[in-house]
Amino acid sequence: MNIINIEHIAKVYQVGTEEVHALRDVSLRIDKNEYVAIMGPSGSGKSTLMNMLGCLDTPTSGKYEFNGVSVSQMSDNDLAKIRNKEIGFVFQTFNLLARSDALHNVELPLIYAGVSASERKERAEQALMDVGLKERMHHKPNELSGGQRQRVAVARALVTRPSIILADEPTGNLDSKTGEEIMILFNEIYEKGNTIILVTHEEYIAEHAARILRIKDGLIESDSPVSNRFIPKARFATEQA
Amino acid sequence: MSRFALLSFEFKESMLIALRAIRANKVRSALTMLGIFIGITVVVLMTTAIKGIDNSFQKGISALGSDDLYIDKWTWFTNNEWWKMRNRRNITMEDYEKFKEMAKLPVAIAPEIDTRQSLKYQTYSVDNVFVLGTTAEYVRTTNFTFDQGRFFSDVESKSARNVCIIGSDIAKKLFPLGNALDKEIKIGNEPFRIVGVLTEQGSFILGAFNPDERAYIPIGCVFRNFMNRAHGSITIDVRAANTAMIPDTKAEAEGLMRKIRGLSFNQENDFGINQQEGLIDNFNKVTGVIKIAGLFITGLSLFVGAIGIMNIMFVSVKERTKEIGLRKAIGAKRRSILAQFLMESSFICLVGGVAGLIAAILLSFLVNQFIVTSVDYSAVVIAIVVSLITGLVSGFAPAYTAAKMDPVEALRFE
Repeated sequence: MNIINIEHIAKVYQVGTEEVHALRDVSLRIDKNEYVAIMGPSGSGKSTLMNMLGCLDTPTSGKYEFNGVSVSQMSDNDLAKIRNKEIGFVFQTFNLLARSDALHNVELPLIYAGVSASERKERAEQALMDVGLKERMHHKPNELSGGQRQRVAVARALVTRPSIILADEPTGNLDSKTGEEIMILFNEIYEKGNTIILVTHEEYIAEHAARILRIKDGLIESDSPVSNRFIPKARFATEQA
Repeated sequence: MSRFALLSFEFKESMLIALRAIRANKVRSALTMLGIFIGITVVVLMTTAIKGIDNSFQKGISALGSDDLYIDKWTWFTNNEWWKMRNRRNITMEDYEKFKEMAKLPVAIAPEIDTRQSLKYQTYSVDNVFVLGTTAEYVRTTNFTFDQGRFFSDVESKSARNVCIIGSDIAKKLFPLGNALDKEIKIGNEPFRIVGVLTEQGSFILGAFNPDERAYIPIGCVFRNFMNRAHGSITIDVRAANTAMIPDTKAEAEGLMRKIRGLSFNQENDFGINQQEGLIDNFNKVTGVIKIAGLFITGLSLFVGAIGIMNIMFVSVKERTKEIGLRKAIGAKRRSILAQFLMESSFICLVGGVAGLIAAILLSFLVNQFIVTSVDYSAVVIAIVVSLITGLVSGFAPAYTAAKMDPVEALRFE
């Protein structure tokens, strides 16, 4: 079954007296265990599409079904529930709580899911272990490197066992070497059977995905599988060295 | 999870989040608490001081006796033209004697007249003391209790012996080392033997009426030493049997006094029959203004503290826009965000309020040196409730702003 089923959605913003058509007519299906990269220049509507996919925003018109449930007309609170349970976000700027250690940052979505403190700790520790940060659990973001911070963010996205991971320029704030480490991590997550949607404007990052979706002027310009996808190897070379 | 379990879970978690935020901004939180701290301290202290003033007055009234009538040349607390009253005939000792003979209802009747004199003992002296001349029966118009000794006797009173009773403040000033009984002091230039010292009444609010600062001597001594009998107008203190008897006693007194003074039916009373009610009304009028003004001014400081909280919470919300965006993105509902910020502001207020309360209780011991008072239990409860409400009210607008933020906008905020 499709996890994401979008039919003819459009999004219109009112900026002053002018109407901005961020998305015009987009239809899209994403299956379980797909690895999709969304590409497009700035102003193309890719951010709007990402917000829509992440249930952060609702379309002006059209239909959006997530796991068979229509979310296009949902209330704020119901959207919050969907985001909490079904979607793991990874942001370009990490968005970690500066004053909390890695463990608490990873626990955060579980708090809103109503998980008890002891189970939260257990699951957050496991998630941090999965991204190779077992030793750094009690470090605050400013005591971690950029790559480590992003790995904390990935652990936070994974901890609720969501249906999709939605990553917005996850390597945008990292140098190419640490960026590559994050892409190795994503590949692992993908190979474990997760669904990943990656928003990027870098061609070589997009080539890690199995399918590339190009957006331009609020429309899907092309949607094609990647014939020889780049599969990164060697896990966390820098840390092990 | 049941609905209740869910709510208590959310309550607990919001509180933990709020505590983290407060801990993360220690200095700022402490400064904000200071506003509420000062507000609660002054409000509680003011309430306590007002209570002390009330207490003092009530004590004084009950020491003087609340069932008393005062027959006086002057009508107290009235708008009657003072020049008419000034021209009234004096109330004389003869009037008193006739009245005492004829009156049936009062349980005690005593004349009194004031004179201001200096009191001396060895090198100690107190100037301008209200020395009250009266008879032995006076003590029965009051509720005086004695620290040492007794009131003067009927014999001492009738023969105008040089004996006196002094109030506790006078005793402290003339005899710092205590033991005033049987000592000889000088009132004016006359020697008087102390036969009694009154227990402290602590009714400073009564001013000249305060028994603590008075001395009592036989009325004959006043006329012999300090005042020409023809010039002084006395007051007749009349004690009714009980409060219910006051109207009857008053009516009898009025009838008798008109008879004694030889007034015909068409003449106005040329005397006043006064009650403490007048005193109480007057007191309430004055202290009412003090209470309202005091509570208003101290309430303002609490209000300023509340504005401080609101201000800081707005800054805090603005500063943490991105955090709010993230929390919403990963699944925080509106009410979670609302609760988080409301908890933060109420916790700051509660801690500030409790600290303020403790400070007020400590300071009230200091106030107690001047005004006998203590912090009420009700003040404790009210202070805590008020600080909580302050936190909720002043935190609501900022918390609501945070709760209704659009996650997309908030995440984009730099």
